Amino acid sequence: MTAFLALVSKDLKIFFGDRRAVIMAFVAPILIGSFFGYVFGPKPAKEQGKVRVLFVDQDSSPATNDLFASLGKDQALEVTPSALEYASDAVRKGGAPIAIVVPKGFGEQAAQSLFRASAKPVLTLLFDPSHQTEAAMVRGILTGQVMQSISKIAFNSPDTAAKALQTMDRADVDPAVKRFLRSVEEFNGRPRARGSDDAGITVPFETKETALTSRAGVAYNAYAHSFGGMAIQFMLFMGIDVGIGLLLLRERGLWRRFRAAPLSKATLLGSRAVSATLAGMLILAAVFGFAYLVFNVRVEGSFAGFVGVCAAFSLMTATYGLLIAALGKTPEAARGLAILGTLVMVMLSGAWVPSFMFPQWVQAVTKVVPARWAMDGIDAMTWRGLGIEDAIAPVAVLLFSSALFAAVAVWRFRWDEE
Amino acid sequence: MLNARNLRKAFGALQAVDGVSLHASKGETLGLLGPNGAGKSTTIAMLAGLVVPDMGDVTITGRPLSGDTSATKRELGVVPQELALFDELPAAANLNLFGALYGLSGVALERERRRVLSLVGLADRAKDKVASFSGGMKRRLNLAAALMHDPQVILLDEPTAGVDPQSRNAIFENLDSLKAAGKTILYTTHYMEEAARLCDRIAVMDHGKVIAEDTVPGLLRMVPAANVLVVDLAGDAFRSLETLRRLSNVQFAEQENRQLRIGVERMADVADMLMWLSVNGAEIEHLHTERPTLETVFLHLTGRTIRDA
Repeated sequence: MTAFLALVSKDLKIFFGDRRAVIMAFVAPILIGSFFGYVFGPKPAKEQGKVRVLFVDQDSSPATNDLFASLGKDQALEVTPSALEYASDAVRKGGAPIAIVVPKGFGEQAAQSLFRASAKPVLTLLFDPSHQTEAAMVRGILTGQVMQSISKIAFNSPDTAAKALQTMDRADVDPAVKRFLRSVEEFNGRPRARGSDDAGITVPFETKETALTSRAGVAYNAYAHSFGGMAIQFMLFMGIDVGIGLLLLRERGLWRRFRAAPLSKATLLGSRAVSATLAGMLILAAVFGFAYLVFNVRVEGSFAGFVGVCAAFSLMTATYGLLIAALGKTPEAARGLAILGTLVMVMLSGAWVPSFMFPQWVQAVTKVVPARWAMDGIDAMTWRGLGIEDAIAPVAVLLFSSALFAAVAVWRFRWDEE
Repeated sequence: MLNARNLRKAFGALQAVDGVSLHASKGETLGLLGPNGAGKSTTIAMLAGLVVPDMGDVTITGRPLSGDTSATKRELGVVPQELALFDELPAAANLNLFGALYGLSGVALERERRRVLSLVGLADRAKDKVASFSGGMKRRLNLAAALMHDPQVILLDEPTAGVDPQSRNAIFENLDSLKAAGKTILYTTHYMEEAARLCDRIAVMDHGKVIAEDTVPGLLRMVPAANVLVVDLAGDAFRSLETLRRLSNVQFAEQENRQLRIGVERMADVADMLMWLSVNGAEIEHLHTERPTLETVFLHLTGRTIRDA
């Protein structure tokens, strides 16, 4: 026991005495977690980023003036009037993600096109291909606003329906449509009371958005996920250091000294696993302690479940380090492969971007990535506010992974010298 | 005290150690001499329990060495060839760790730490990190770390590699003290003068086998040449080495760059050699004679110098 405790104590002294390791393990996840939490978390309206939209109005009709005003009121957009040449150049050079080009005659043609299928005017969207998401969002907002602005003209202008009827008189049109247009013409011809609702055709519903968090009144705290993700990432990097450290022991002759002492293999590898698990627990405690104090991150679910997930993941990280030491021949060779493997594991865990954004088949693959279970477990116990029963599966998977890694490490570890 | 019987170890197709048997008594220093790759380190690794022999066995103080947790390991102190220390920790913390590996704790640990630090002359540097030590100081601490549990048998694998003469002498003095205290020492080196200076007996290894084992005088007697004529040539035109070797009064002849080393039995043969060299086109720049050394012994036994092997 004296030797075991001495080995654990030595590992922790060396770890905490290494400024680079401490910065990587404690400071880096806090800094990067803070940044991601800020970027991806809900923010006051004044801090939210707006999509810059250039509005090229070649029509200058009441309908397009109304459209410009309506788009400008949208909180997600920053709409600026622009000439076509400037807009095209700005989008190509990345100055603006999207431009809307409204052609001459758009207002009148669009209003009449409400009642017929042919000769619809064309709105052109110029967009930066690296901003597909913003382009889709603007397309959606634009559709709603065009419908609203054009219908307002169609149902308030006295001659829109009449002009449509004139063109239809020359065509073979369903009599029911003509009756509808005459009723619109009659409606538009009636005197309008002051303050009447003349919004035209509008979107026939409104949405009410309710974020389902741990309980009513508790807002989603994006820092909980970002701190969990970054803690997972940098703990796995610590796992690499555990493995490389063991390989360096061999290179530096220290392994000879350890093996010359009357110590079992369990003592030698077990002490390394225990010290790394303790270091991992301390990292998680420090990172979430900071998040608690500074960003109000709370364990909204089961605290015991949270501790269980953290402990199981720390153990998994430690055994991951042993696995690296067992499979790596030299520190240099092991480091490159371990970093690649760790980055893939972190990416698939959802620590960088939520796993639901992955394609279905990738989501299926992530089920075998232990870090994914750690991320889900931490999310479940923190901002989702779930009970201890939802920690059982992540803990079980992490413990199973630990056992598997440890078994392979013991099996493949090069005990004898060559 | 230390007994190894018929040790064999192969790594794949390479037979690293091939039937080595060794014995060292209490208070005796046994040298293991040989070139790099002779099998010395593998032999030491088997004696220390780091490598399981394919065949043969090791006993220390009459008890077999077997298994990771063998109590017999407590009688062994291993000084690796590398500086097996944690640079990040102070000297005292290193020694505490290595003492704890053998079950030392509390007052006993502190007592032993002071003893070994004093032995290697580093008592005043106990609190300093090893990273701040010179190469020689690290070598001495490397030795001290193996002595924390007061072992009866000490295995040293090239303990003076890369050490300045002053630190080398300090290590020699430490080893003299240990020997005086009755410790059994197995010392591997490829430095002939170190082996001659420290060892009571020397086992010469080559290609995984012990090819000779005796005291230094005993080994020297194996060389028939009582004198070695060392000739520095002015030019490199000498092309008659093979002919020289076939002369009846030449025990051995070796050429390294512009230097010839010729073993002869009698001093009277030296004059004949000089005449022969002159006739055969050797332009002599300088010459002197030497008594045979362990280097000469190795040359005699293997036909190669230890540096060439």
